[in-house]
Amino acid sequence: METAAIHQRLSQSFGSGIGESRLEVKDPWIFVEPPLIADVARFVHDDPDLAFDSLSNLSALDYKAENHIQLVYHLFSYRHRHWLILKVNADRDNPVVPSVESIWKAANWHEREAYDLLGVSFTGHPDLRRILLPEDWIGHPLRKDYVEPVEYHGISTRRESLLR
Amino acid sequence: MGLAGFEVEVEREGTQGLETEEMTLNMGPQHPSTHGVLRFVVKADGEVMRQAIPDIGYLHRSIEKISEKVGYHGFMPYTDRVDYVAAMFCNQGWGMACEKLANIEVPKRGEYCRVIASELNRIASHLLSVGTMILDIGATTPFFHAIREREKINDLLEELCGARLTYNYMRIGGVAWDLPPGFVERSIDFLDNFELAAREFEDLITYNKIYVERLIDVCPISAEKAINYNLTGPNLRASGVSYDVRRDDPYSIYRELDFQVPVGKGELGTVGDCFDRYIVRIREMNESVKILRQCFAQIPPGPVIAKVPRKFKPPAGDVFIRVESARGDMGWYVVSDGSEFPYRVKIRTGSFAAMSIIDAISSGIMLADLVAVIASLDIVAPEVDR
Amino acid sequence: MQQYLDSLIAGGYFAGLPTEVVYLLGMLAVGAVVVFVFILNVAGATTFVERRVWARIHNRVGPNRVGPQGILQWLVDGVKLVMKEDIVPADADPWLFRLAPYIVIMGFVAAFAAIPFGSRLVAADMNLGLLYILTVTSLVVVGILVAGWASNNKWSLIGGIRAAAQIVSYEIPAGLSIMPVVLLTGSLNMNEIIRYQGWMPQDWLLFANPFTFVAFFTFFTAALAEGNRTPFDLPEAESELVAGFVTEYSGVRYLIFFMVEWGNLYIIGALATTLFLGGWHIPPITDNVVLQTILEFVVFFAKSYFWVLVAMWIRATLPRVRVDQLMSICWKYLVPITFANVLLVALWMLLVTPGGFVSRAVAYAMTLLGTVLVLYFFRRVLFHLRRARVRERNQLVLSPLS
Repeated sequence: METAAIHQRLSQSFGSGIGESRLEVKDPWIFVEPPLIADVARFVHDDPDLAFDSLSNLSALDYKAENHIQLVYHLFSYRHRHWLILKVNADRDNPVVPSVESIWKAANWHEREAYDLLGVSFTGHPDLRRILLPEDWIGHPLRKDYVEPVEYHGISTRRESLLR
Repeated sequence: MGLAGFEVEVEREGTQGLETEEMTLNMGPQHPSTHGVLRFVVKADGEVMRQAIPDIGYLHRSIEKISEKVGYHGFMPYTDRVDYVAAMFCNQGWGMACEKLANIEVPKRGEYCRVIASELNRIASHLLSVGTMILDIGATTPFFHAIREREKINDLLEELCGARLTYNYMRIGGVAWDLPPGFVERSIDFLDNFELAAREFEDLITYNKIYVERLIDVCPISAEKAINYNLTGPNLRASGVSYDVRRDDPYSIYRELDFQVPVGKGELGTVGDCFDRYIVRIREMNESVKILRQCFAQIPPGPVIAKVPRKFKPPAGDVFIRVESARGDMGWYVVSDGSEFPYRVKIRTGSFAAMSIIDAISSGIMLADLVAVIASLDIVAPEVDR
Repeated sequence: MQQYLDSLIAGGYFAGLPTEVVYLLGMLAVGAVVVFVFILNVAGATTFVERRVWARIHNRVGPNRVGPQGILQWLVDGVKLVMKEDIVPADADPWLFRLAPYIVIMGFVAAFAAIPFGSRLVAADMNLGLLYILTVTSLVVVGILVAGWASNNKWSLIGGIRAAAQIVSYEIPAGLSIMPVVLLTGSLNMNEIIRYQGWMPQDWLLFANPFTFVAFFTFFTAALAEGNRTPFDLPEAESELVAGFVTEYSGVRYLIFFMVEWGNLYIIGALATTLFLGGWHIPPITDNVVLQTILEFVVFFAKSYFWVLVAMWIRATLPRVRVDQLMSICWKYLVPITFANVLLVALWMLLVTPGGFVSRAVAYAMTLLGTVLVLYFFRRVLFHLRRARVRERNQLVLSPLS
């Protein structure tokens, strides 16, 4: 199914929660309002014509200039062999988004990674804690305004000889 | 790093009046069989496991953040380190993502060189994965045979690009160097010998009764579960789902090549058990040999790289491409803002999903099976942590 | 041995000492000779032989630098291990940790007292020799358990427990496999069992009747399991438990554990030879006692060492079985088979007169079967050799970098 048709289906079911879609780019996407993403995900997963049974990728990126953190969901259907890309813009100061972990278990670790590296909180996630960095790390490294701490547990993070 | 974040209370279960204690063991970052620095906190009741909680992050090198500092061309050597066992696929993924962003077309000969390098690397990666899996199960001889074949592939790739592990062979727009003279003859010689060696493998270990008994019916993963956890590549095919990015969503020149896609059928046990994952890899090696022979027969003359500006500034936008790597399909999501540094690179690897499924399938199996499961899912630490 | 010492006492060499003390000194002397000249060297050299045999099976070379063809490798390894730092983990039980290797080596060395290296070369020719060896080698279990527990390491504990369960379980098929031999020969004395057999293959107990043939294979399997050898080497499964129950051991203690493991192989080989393969029997070529003794020793040693090499070969080829599979092999397969074997051998003894026509015919038939199997095996070997030679010729034109 083309993204345009999917956009129509979703707008019928969710109305104003579905934002605009960009269809002329190489990978067309559909914007979704943050509070609705779990419901939209459940819909596209259960609907027999859409049947998006796999979450291929969940990325989070930091748009500091526009003051939002964008989450990009790449969905794929093994049954119908079609793609869908959903984008969610969460507020940068307090990014809270419902979790889709109950729909696709693949989201479990991807959401933990988004929490770890960018600070996005997912409501409804069974086990939201840091995954790649140590539990006592401060800060979220993939943010654009991240500053590395000078030391961690007494180990310096500066390489003195390379400092100019 | 302690056990912070994990529940370490000692649970006393009463089973029919007998009180048993659950042991919490640490299969720590240094261990002969965890394929890199992976850590599992294992809760076991004697020999039977209740849960194996993975703890990753020991090999996190912030490669994605580094991409924002080194630029498009400069990031190519870093992509090798994302999965150093199958580095050509990572190179290809990054190259393809940048080419899609900037609408660059790779010349035919360049594509053929890419596929030749990738398929040789696929055979090498599967040999290593299968060899270490057999070594973990306990047989030492097939491991050496696998490594001996892998050494020959490494020699060939060393001729091609100068390196034996982190190749940095591909560039945005094609490959760095053409095939050296005599490479095709030597590769075809290798392929002839490899088919004999692969048959030796079958004689020696594949249907060995002890080996089969260790692997069949161990942690079968159903197709629905595999799809839900986003398991990809040989792991997914072993669970019965016939999907291969090369065939179903072809990129590069795979449309012109004729090959089968082996799917696990549960021939000796259940569909999706460890033996299926093993046998799918063995069969995939044979298919790669077929692909390579076709490539060597069909390769056209011409340039191997397109003209790409030194200051590579693709137009703003984002792309998501997938490469069928040896461990699953590797997804590259690249966001460009029009400057010469990428805005965000996200690498979604096959081992990441495979690692996440271990917690869900590891209850009720024995400690020895955990090793077999980790090995059969072909997890390498750099892919999981990036 | 006893007569020799008596003659010495009569000759007045040990005036003033009671005879028991002289006997004791004699036994100690023999024990020292056996242990230091023979056992430790054999165990040590076996480590080197194993590495070379393994390497050739893996299509590589193995250690060949230290000494001509590397034969001094094991000496150098021993010296290195002796010179290592003596580490006892801080939380380990101090006495038990240090005690465990000694229990293990006691069990191992004591078994050599009853092994018949020749018709006159037995340190202690006991009427219960076979039973003595079986019981004494079980001391090793205690040592392994103590090692696993005292290391204060959960992985070592698991390794120790696995080893204990495995060795104790496999005692039963091992013992039951020996029963047919004991029934047929009517004695537990090692030398008498050997004297019952002869030097020709059809006189060996292996080919005496089909039940002892089966008993040999079950015995060898059970003995491999007792010796913690692959395919039953879970207690030291390198890829699962790092090094199992010896994880925390280093230096001399580690050396002791590994000498015991490889020396145990020799005991298995010696038992197999004694019970089934005719022991030290040689064709009647000389009458010279010294020459006979030397030849007997050489024949016995060669036969036992052959089984050591077979055990190494099996280790290089087969993968490891899992714990529950190991237990099910023992209890669900080996124990019923060996039980049935014992009953059938008893039935055989009732129906067939020893030395009569039927028993000789069956012995010849079994020998023929054995020869056919060996020849078939060699045919397979030749086939693979020829195929390998073809491949090697093809490989010489390969990479210019090689």
